[in-house]
Amino acid sequence: MLGRLSWAAIPFDVPVVMIAAGSVGFLIFCVLALVTVKGWWPYLWREWITSVDHKRIGVMYIFLALLMLVRGFSDAMLMRSQLALAAGHAQGYLPPEHYDQIFSAHGTIMIFFVAMPFVIGLMNFVLPLQLGVRDVAFPVLNSIGFWLSAAGVLLVNVSLVVGEFARTGWLAYPPLSEVAYSPGVGVDYYLWSLQISGLGTLLSGINLTTTILKLRAPGMGYRQMPIFCWTALASNLLIVAAFPILTATFAMLLLDRYCGFHFFTNDLGGNPMMYINLIWSWGHPEVYILILPAFGVFSEVVATFSGKPLFGRRSMVMATLVICMLSFVVWLHHFFTMGAGANVNAFFGVMTMIIAVPTGVKVFNWLFTLYGGRIRFTVPVYWALGFMVTFVIGGMTGVLMAIPPADFVLHNSLFLIAHFHNVAIGGVVFGVMAGISYWFPKAFGFTLNERLGKAVFWCWFVGFYLAFMPLYVLGLMGATRRMQHYSNMHWRPLMLVALAGALLILLGIVLTGVQLAVSIRRRALNRDVTGDPWNGRTLEWSIPSPPPVWNFSHLPQVGRADWFWTMKQQRGTAQDRNINQTYETIHVPRNTPTGFFLAFFAVLLGFSLIWRIWWGAGLGLLGAIVVCLIQAWRTDGEIEVPAEKVAAFERLHGLKESAV
Amino acid sequence: MWLRVFSMTGAAMLMGSCSEGVLDPHGPVGKAERIILYDATAIMLAVVIPVIVLTLVFAWWFRARNSRARYRPDWEFSGRIEMIIWSIPALVILFLGGIAWTGSHDLDPPVPLQESAAPLDIEVISFDWQWLFIYPHEGIASLNRLVVPAGVPLRFRLTSTTVMNSFFVPQLGSQIYAMPNMVTRLNLEADQPGTFEGLSAQFSGDGFSDMRFDLVSMVPEAFQDWVSTTKAQGGVLDTSTVAELVKPAKAEGSQTYAQVSAGLFDSISSGHKTAVSPQRGQ
Repeated sequence: MLGRLSWAAIPFDVPVVMIAAGSVGFLIFCVLALVTVKGWWPYLWREWITSVDHKRIGVMYIFLALLMLVRGFSDAMLMRSQLALAAGHAQGYLPPEHYDQIFSAHGTIMIFFVAMPFVIGLMNFVLPLQLGVRDVAFPVLNSIGFWLSAAGVLLVNVSLVVGEFARTGWLAYPPLSEVAYSPGVGVDYYLWSLQISGLGTLLSGINLTTTILKLRAPGMGYRQMPIFCWTALASNLLIVAAFPILTATFAMLLLDRYCGFHFFTNDLGGNPMMYINLIWSWGHPEVYILILPAFGVFSEVVATFSGKPLFGRRSMVMATLVICMLSFVVWLHHFFTMGAGANVNAFFGVMTMIIAVPTGVKVFNWLFTLYGGRIRFTVPVYWALGFMVTFVIGGMTGVLMAIPPADFVLHNSLFLIAHFHNVAIGGVVFGVMAGISYWFPKAFGFTLNERLGKAVFWCWFVGFYLAFMPLYVLGLMGATRRMQHYSNMHWRPLMLVALAGALLILLGIVLTGVQLAVSIRRRALNRDVTGDPWNGRTLEWSIPSPPPVWNFSHLPQVGRADWFWTMKQQRGTAQDRNINQTYETIHVPRNTPTGFFLAFFAVLLGFSLIWRIWWGAGLGLLGAIVVCLIQAWRTDGEIEVPAEKVAAFERLHGLKESAV
Repeated sequence: MWLRVFSMTGAAMLMGSCSEGVLDPHGPVGKAERIILYDATAIMLAVVIPVIVLTLVFAWWFRARNSRARYRPDWEFSGRIEMIIWSIPALVILFLGGIAWTGSHDLDPPVPLQESAAPLDIEVISFDWQWLFIYPHEGIASLNRLVVPAGVPLRFRLTSTTVMNSFFVPQLGSQIYAMPNMVTRLNLEADQPGTFEGLSAQFSGDGFSDMRFDLVSMVPEAFQDWVSTTKAQGGVLDTSTVAELVKPAKAEGSQTYAQVSAGLFDSISSGHKTAVSPQRGQ
């Protein structure tokens, strides 16, 4: 009846898990109780859960990512404390079968459920505003994409309590991930949650690509498009091209595990090396899917706060597209040590290095954007400068490992771990943090507390160096990744320094919470009444904060890049008002619970497949199909916003956009 | 107080990284790779350090409150600078690309070392979670302990009975994957006697952290003595011994075998006799 599911699946005997699960459960209960008591359900349902507004969906993505950051970081703390203890003969407090799940979950969650929703959330929120349009191309698909990602998140977290998570590392290399070596449900949790959320990501990529290619304000050609839109375009093209590879690869592994196929098994002609090639031909573009939007954020931030246009805009766009294309021809550098031969290794090594050229150009472009600027040291600028200093170090170690013979001694070492955290934290996380503090006032109508924001920055910045510089050294000393304990006592002091760094980052994360709470409480003091708190350059700053559902009451007529800035120069201040305008009725998409219900059935389907509850899987699949059919036959997809309502809104909020 | 802690950790970091691991190689392969690490890092630092300094200097000088800095609100293009900023990384990469190309050919793991001495053949088989080393010409084998003569090129062939592992002795240089149904090749050499730690660098499951071995390098005469002693000590490595070894077990202690049935490595690497190890428990 319940497949493999029984009470034995719940690890009552593992106190760490039970305490974690208990406290999380309690927290969830408290939140649900609060929402119920306060009667917020109808509001949440109407305004958020069923919303197809790209701004709301963007905010929900980022909220999801922040939650999962806490989860993924808890895993990091467990690992760092285990390695601080388990030196010499000590085994620490986490046995291998538990420790292996933790590092697998940490990697999976941080990439798929923190970094991805962060950048997709930012793109979702910002793109239509920068493009000067009223919504994304496919609003309902957007909602579906978000809810499928949330479904994946839910499944990953259920694995904490019911059953186990994969013990195979974040990419689940076969044959270790095959049934012969991982018979439990851990790998199934991994595969199904990523299949479901991966589908969501693909949908979101299609949606945003279409939005950028087909929906832009009148007059906005590619040459006038803001640089963040360009990087987002590159990133979404990569999603569309790369995620199907991931889905297909996982589908083959699923067939191996569920139906006795032999794509990647040891026996009957299977070949694990195929999986490793396939997963990295998704995996390397994935790196750029994450970093390119971050590059876009830095470009906007550096230009805005220097009070200058971005230096070498054409170079920047070209560099972005070169990276986008080259990212597909470097995947083999993840396994130089598989013995491919000198010519193959050398080719992929050189291709990898070539990516450093456009990336280097980007760094110089930011550098010369600062030159001649009038730089205001706001929180986003702190992140941007911290990024420029940190990222070049990560880039350097990356190029170092692109030299095959250097990789032969650094592969899979803690040096590698330090390298990719250097670019992931120093690049993606810093970029997202910069983006959040930059666009927060646009989303909520008030700025975030600057002092606390700077404190958060210093915690992350110093914490990063403390946590990962020792790992570079440990890697050179011969320490490998994924060790549950080690015998060399010389490594211990460095492990302790790394733990101190992690604690500092923990403080940074706690302070982010404090910053949010303080900023919300004192929002009256930090109100953004102009819609343009940073003296911005692009269209999103030309409308009130927060923007109305329809974004732009009049679609702007764009003449050149940095159009809002140009208009401000021509017409004086952003405060120009012209109340006697006429307005037209605007059509906006109607909210729909399609995404939410689809995610509900996806969770049912995934969970049932993981535990081999076949009737549940059938029910989940059927439900999902029915929801899709209902959506397909829906005819009331839009609602009208009458012209009077638009006019009333504009009278209330001032008409800066008339300047545009 | 803090200064002392920092300077002490800093010193420990430097000393630690120089006296063990890949920056303290004891063989020609490791030494060549260290040179590449140093050269490439030096070339890149020549660009990276100025960029970091310039970032901080520009940011500081062009701060909004500095009235002496000239504000150029419309300066967004300079052909000359564009030219330079594409050239600098391109030149660096040209340089490093050359290193990468020659390096991957000179240090390709299957290519024999250019040495006068005849190489010693060693066959490496990874189990869950132990290392077995077969000396085909000597007809002996050793578990979890690799004894080699110093100054003699070592010619490895590697495979796995189970999942992927990576054979790595940091102080000798290059690592290579050991994979089921596959044979990979690796050439290394220890240029002086000593004991060097070896490990699996590819995660392979619950016993992974203990999947370590000592590589003991000794003068060739001592190695010959070790071979004779091993032969005298007895122990047989054949399919039934292998059947025991494929059962998942932590690497604990070493063991030697005086007799190895012929063609064992090849039959395992070609997959014919690969006993798929019993399912790992949950």
